[in-house]
Amino acid sequence: MEEKIIYGVTALFDSPNNLVKAVKSVNEAGYRKYDVHTSYPIHGMPKAMKLKPSKLAYFALAFGLTGTTLAFLFITWTMSIDYKLVIGGKPFFALPAFIPVIFEVTVLLASIGTVLTMLFYFFKFPNNKHPLHDTEYMQKVSGDGFGICIEAKDNNFDEEKIKSFLSNIGGLNVTSIFYDSVELNHKNKVFEPKFIGFLILVFILISGATYFSLNKLIYMPPFTWMHDQNRLDAQESSVMFGDGFGMRPPVDGTVARNQMPYPYSGHPELALNLVNPSAPTKENYELGKKKFDIYCSPCHGYFGKGDGRLNNQFITPPSLQSEKIRNWKDGQIFHVITEGQNSMPSYAKQILPEERWAIVDYVRVIQRAMNAKEEDIK
Amino acid sequence: MEIDYSVEKPVIEKSPTVISINDAIMRPTAIKADKFFYISLSVALLALTVGAVSLFYTFWYGIGMWGNNRPVGWAFGIVNFVFWVGIGHAGTLISAILFLLRQKWRTGIARFAEGMTIFAVMTAGIFPLIHVGRPWLAGYLFPYPNQHNLWVNFTSPLLWDVFAVSTYFTVSLIFWYIGLIPDLAVLRDKTINKIKKVIYAIFSLGWRHSNRHWNHYEMVYLVLAGFATPLVLSVHTIVSFDFAVSILPGWHTTIFPPYFVAGAVFSGFAMVQNVLIFIRKVFHYEHIITIDTLEKMNKIMILTGSMVGYAYGMEFFIAWYSGSPIETFTFINRAFGDYAWAYWIMISCNVVFPQLFWIKKFRRTIPIMFVIGVFVNVGMWFERFVIVVTSLSRDFLPSSWHYYKPTLTDMGLLIGSFGLFFTLTILFTKSLPVVSIAEVKAVVKGSQPSHNGGH
Repeated sequence: MEEKIIYGVTALFDSPNNLVKAVKSVNEAGYRKYDVHTSYPIHGMPKAMKLKPSKLAYFALAFGLTGTTLAFLFITWTMSIDYKLVIGGKPFFALPAFIPVIFEVTVLLASIGTVLTMLFYFFKFPNNKHPLHDTEYMQKVSGDGFGICIEAKDNNFDEEKIKSFLSNIGGLNVTSIFYDSVELNHKNKVFEPKFIGFLILVFILISGATYFSLNKLIYMPPFTWMHDQNRLDAQESSVMFGDGFGMRPPVDGTVARNQMPYPYSGHPELALNLVNPSAPTKENYELGKKKFDIYCSPCHGYFGKGDGRLNNQFITPPSLQSEKIRNWKDGQIFHVITEGQNSMPSYAKQILPEERWAIVDYVRVIQRAMNAKEEDIK
Repeated sequence: MEIDYSVEKPVIEKSPTVISINDAIMRPTAIKADKFFYISLSVALLALTVGAVSLFYTFWYGIGMWGNNRPVGWAFGIVNFVFWVGIGHAGTLISAILFLLRQKWRTGIARFAEGMTIFAVMTAGIFPLIHVGRPWLAGYLFPYPNQHNLWVNFTSPLLWDVFAVSTYFTVSLIFWYIGLIPDLAVLRDKTINKIKKVIYAIFSLGWRHSNRHWNHYEMVYLVLAGFATPLVLSVHTIVSFDFAVSILPGWHTTIFPPYFVAGAVFSGFAMVQNVLIFIRKVFHYEHIITIDTLEKMNKIMILTGSMVGYAYGMEFFIAWYSGSPIETFTFINRAFGDYAWAYWIMISCNVVFPQLFWIKKFRRTIPIMFVIGVFVNVGMWFERFVIVVTSLSRDFLPSSWHYYKPTLTDMGLLIGSFGLFFTLTILFTKSLPVVSIAEVKAVVKGSQPSHNGGH
């Protein structure tokens, strides 16, 4: 039989008074590596054991201040620097409105941090393999026992001497506690089939749940993310209206905004006297160029020479640089854009009236540019 | 009557031994459940099922199943949320504030009240979540880096609420668990069931009642109590900001934060008192949760109830004193308008009935205090109803005025919230010690060294 390794010697005491007395004797006898076990805190015990006040309060302070600082910096960065938005007329750096969240983060971080520090750094938990567990001593302490355990780590440790010492100061049930050799020699194997099986199970469950929720679940009602709505799309039929059309014509006699009907339809001679209302500003010429390039240049070409990108594939339009067009009045060009001519359709639906006038101005610009006079060069 | 004030009255009656406390508190977790347990659990589960069906309707057809509509956009969802968060406040008050004030009578009721805090906050948390209509998108409430480069609005009371309630839940849970660790260790050592022993061993983390640990433990408990105290005050303050920061008449008042906190403690104590009356009877804890303890809770109810009553009066005074016709109209409408019935239920339950506790006999008679406790909870629920619904139903534009009526789904969710809360509470009573073993042992007669002997 292999030799057992000793952890310490325990003794029980019958009342809190005797326990406190015994602890004082243990201290006086020079033992340092000992512990007192009671199922509730005993008043005055830290003093009797000569324990220093716990330093955990400083950890709480440090975690709390960390929380305050992080929350303050993060909120300031998001609200005042990274993405500024005016909300309720508050300034971007609205410190009073930041305080509630800063406070909550402080409390949260301080509480979690302090507790985790205590459990895992100070106590080195979880520790279910401690030799004191599952002993009669621990059973008794969990009830109404008041126990002292002098550990083998102590410099003055001598099993027999301590046993008689503890009996002398009134200790009952003086017992030696040994390490459990099975637990001491037990090593967790990484390639244990049970462990591998567990890992595979976890892997399948997590990946399966993730796949299902991201690829399937969100497309099922009611999680459809607003994909399915009771609305009519353009050109859809509807049983709600007598004619079965989903789209409705405007009410008779009404005119939509910016859709004033063109009064000279079919009467080019009346359009002749239209006056160009646009001002010769840079913005206006730029607008004209933009619209010309979009709507006119495919056929007429970028400089109105009739050499657009659709040349030879479609009808070849006349040049805008011709003598005839150069002598046209602004109103005539406007009328043709609005009404169309020969193969050219009407652009009244696509281009707003002021944009049409801007195009007219731009046509004048390119005409002048291609047919520059002597004095333009100066 | 002669009272000797030089001797402290023991908080635990009949001078039980330390070991008998162990047995009494562990008993419910060790024995088989009786008929009473199953009957109460099935009633709670039935209510929970009603809630689950209503929730299914809400998700399947959308929140159009609820009665809220313009202009009453917040109704039962928010009323229930505020009500349940308020219920939770009593637990933290008992476990943290009374701990800092060294009130030893809290030991018998603290664990249970903390448990109720957690369940109440869980119940409360459901309501804002389902009120958003698509709770599966609730991740947007947290500031995480996203493709839109957008952040949450840290200046909004609704976001403060998210942070306050989630922090409150987390800290309450930690506080509760820290208190449970020594008790779980006791259960681990005393249970004879092997499966239970493994579970207790895992959750007690290997606690071994070491006094070197107790030294740190008591410091952490003190620190947590110190944090939980401003936290609990902040939570209902922030809930009240949801209303007070808006400009709606009847909501836009500075009295809201203290008034909400007092109301929360008021209703929370009523709920804790109500449930404890059953617990002490069923588990035979009359010596641990004494009549004296219940009487002290009733005294706190008079205090907070009077604060709430004062706030009702002050709201009216300010409405008149401000000279604002809209403000005046709102309050007169509360008392005499369409919802006058709700207002007078609130006044009678919150202001009138609790004043009966001034009579000592009523404070110490269980059936009477139970009925008053129920009234307080009814009254506090209606207080939130009055605040939310009357103000919204009469907003600035008379053409949009509307009389709000809850639907069956609304009612089902309200019943379901009670079902969830009581299901969790009932399961808690059977699975964990509902009274803190370590704390009660520490205040039993003879458990601490006497000043002549020990020192």
